[in-house]
Amino acid sequence: MAVDETKTRYTIPVGPIHPALKEPIRLDLSIDGEEIVDVDVVVGQVHRGIEWLGMNRNNPIQNIYLAERVCGICNICHPFAYVMAVEQAMGITPPERAEYIRVIIAEMERIHSHLLWAGVAAHEIGFDSVFYFVWRVREEIMDLIEYVTGNRITKAMFQIGGVRRDVTEEQFPRIRQSLDYYKSIFDQLKTLFLDDKTIRMRTKNVGILKTEDALKLLAVGPTGRASGVPKDVRQDQPYGGYADLDIKAITPDMLTGTVVGDVYDRIIVRLLEVKQAVEIIEQCLEKMPPGPILAQPKIAVLLKTLTQAEGEGIGRAEAPRGEVVHYVRLEAGRETLSTWKIRAPTYVNLMSIPTILKGGQIADVPIAFASIDPCMSCTNRAIVVDSKTKNTSLLSYRELHELSVEKTKRLEAEFDS
Amino acid sequence: MTANSLADIAAIIGGPVIVGVVGTLFALLYLGIDRKLVAHMQARVGPPIVQPFRDVRKLLMKESIIPDGSLSWLFRAAPILCLVGSAILFLYIPIFGQKALFESFGDAIVLLYLLVIPSLALVVAGFASSSPYATVGAQREMVIMMSYEFPLAMTIVAIGWRTSYVTGTNPFALSTIAANPIWNIVGPAGVVGTLMLLFVLLMVTPGEVGKIPFDVAEAETEIAGGLLVEYSGRNLALFYIASAIRAFAMSSLIIALFIPYNLSPLVGIGTPVLAGIVDGLFFLVKVFVVMFVCIMLIRAAMARFKIDQASKVYVVAMSLVSLVGLILIWADTVV
Repeated sequence: MAVDETKTRYTIPVGPIHPALKEPIRLDLSIDGEEIVDVDVVVGQVHRGIEWLGMNRNNPIQNIYLAERVCGICNICHPFAYVMAVEQAMGITPPERAEYIRVIIAEMERIHSHLLWAGVAAHEIGFDSVFYFVWRVREEIMDLIEYVTGNRITKAMFQIGGVRRDVTEEQFPRIRQSLDYYKSIFDQLKTLFLDDKTIRMRTKNVGILKTEDALKLLAVGPTGRASGVPKDVRQDQPYGGYADLDIKAITPDMLTGTVVGDVYDRIIVRLLEVKQAVEIIEQCLEKMPPGPILAQPKIAVLLKTLTQAEGEGIGRAEAPRGEVVHYVRLEAGRETLSTWKIRAPTYVNLMSIPTILKGGQIADVPIAFASIDPCMSCTNRAIVVDSKTKNTSLLSYRELHELSVEKTKRLEAEFDS
Repeated sequence: MTANSLADIAAIIGGPVIVGVVGTLFALLYLGIDRKLVAHMQARVGPPIVQPFRDVRKLLMKESIIPDGSLSWLFRAAPILCLVGSAILFLYIPIFGQKALFESFGDAIVLLYLLVIPSLALVVAGFASSSPYATVGAQREMVIMMSYEFPLAMTIVAIGWRTSYVTGTNPFALSTIAANPIWNIVGPAGVVGTLMLLFVLLMVTPGEVGKIPFDVAEAETEIAGGLLVEYSGRNLALFYIASAIRAFAMSSLIIALFIPYNLSPLVGIGTPVLAGIVDGLFFLVKVFVVMFVCIMLIRAAMARFKIDQASKVYVVAMSLVSLVGLILIWADTVV
């Protein structure tokens, strides 16, 4: 316990391992009684060197499956953004049917991710009955995802220049059945989350991010939209099949008429987005054109083209948590990517955390922090900051490895002595 | 020393031990029922009903870790204090339809003080752990304790005071309250008032035993178990048992104050042994009903309050309700 000179302030470390956190991150909270005076966010506990692997070990097609594993929940939006970047770099366009299938899968992911979040949020405020209920509701979309793609979690649907599996006419009734289930249960979910007294008590006017702060801190996704910033890649720069569809960024004032920017508003946005996702899938099922699903079905040819291609590309996708960006550079004659940079939505949304938490209570930390739907494994990069010169540098794999070996030896020496 | 006084000594030592052990066994059993039923309410399978016994057995086998920065002797003493403080409640509260063992040594007012001891032991445990989480938890436990104290005292005092209108013997003794059930001595306004007091006591129970929505002092997702965060092994087992006992004892207290009726006089069972069995079983049913309402249902249907919200519920709402209840049962005596 660190007590500073005023003696009423404590520093409470939340994380890297804490029941409120689903993934490692550290929030150093300065506490006065129950009030949070200051917040320091310390990231960097879950770096896995994925970009390095993509640039040194895997070829660009293998990278699709690596991109899926950036995050267990966003295992569609990462490969989505990645294949768009590579397609731009090598200059191929996927067939139209594939674009629609990509949208369908991406929206299925949004439904499952938002429902998962709703359950976690309920658990954070100690409402376990709702947690179990919502996750039971989520099982329906998981079953549907398994039915359509063959997998529940990492779906392996994407391929550079298309998708790997078709969504056929025979599958439509089963898909519609699940969508109807969500439409029928939507009102129940809405009453549960928006009208329940204790949920309102715990989420209204908690963790407020004002519109101007959201703009200043560049909040993306539901976090930004709940603060009244109508920012949505699907609306602003439509990609894939989204260009054909009518998509409008969802802000809480659509339901309540006002924007507060609190946790309650973030619930509203996510809830309405589930409904929107269901509608988008329905539209896609109606409009989906016939045709091939791959621009280049032969993987050997595709790999050859990739090795010869020269260029750079950016893929942007609206993940359930916000905008995800993948940047790739291809060099002719090189089998791997020469550059791969991932920017996950949580990376930007973490900037809002101090603003969201300050002035709140300790009891607000779990729900307020969870309300941006943080995803640490997407976010972490190893960056070393030299406090004297303020120089920042990215650690290479070799340097990290050497540091790790060094530390092991040091610890061994300590144990021996 | 005569054989008679030896038997007395054996009874004085043996009685509390038997009552304590039997009470604890049933408290753990009811915790198991509570967990199973709440699990079913949440559409889960839930643990087997004997799970609390297994939990205790496992915890007793585990190592008890004493954190480096803690106040070691206090850290070890607190769980014992908490368990003893909780188990003593069984000696003063009538359970299984029988008179309380220490009936003649204390009444409802003594219970008010005894109920504070386990909470205080928890606060001491929190501060002795010297973990920031435990410190926050201990502060919260203190706040919540002070908040529910007034409505709790108000309810007990109101009933004792109203009983004093009809009887000359100590009106705060639980046997007097049992002999003159509150419902029989109040008029229509008083019935409403008594219902309000019952409601207050039902609401105080989850706060007293630290269950959702008033489990702020432990608040797993916020402060990682709060005042119990540093406890493990045998010490944690003692707190675990104490918590189960408190839930059972609080329910027994509600029964002693509001539903002190026994089944055997109603159905006309004469033999004392048979009557004891019937009353004991009836008591278990009553405990189940009270626990079902004030612990299980509320736990499954609500989210955790924040400390200021929880405190406000008691200090403002429950105090007000108990005051109105008191006025209503007083109104009977004037009209």
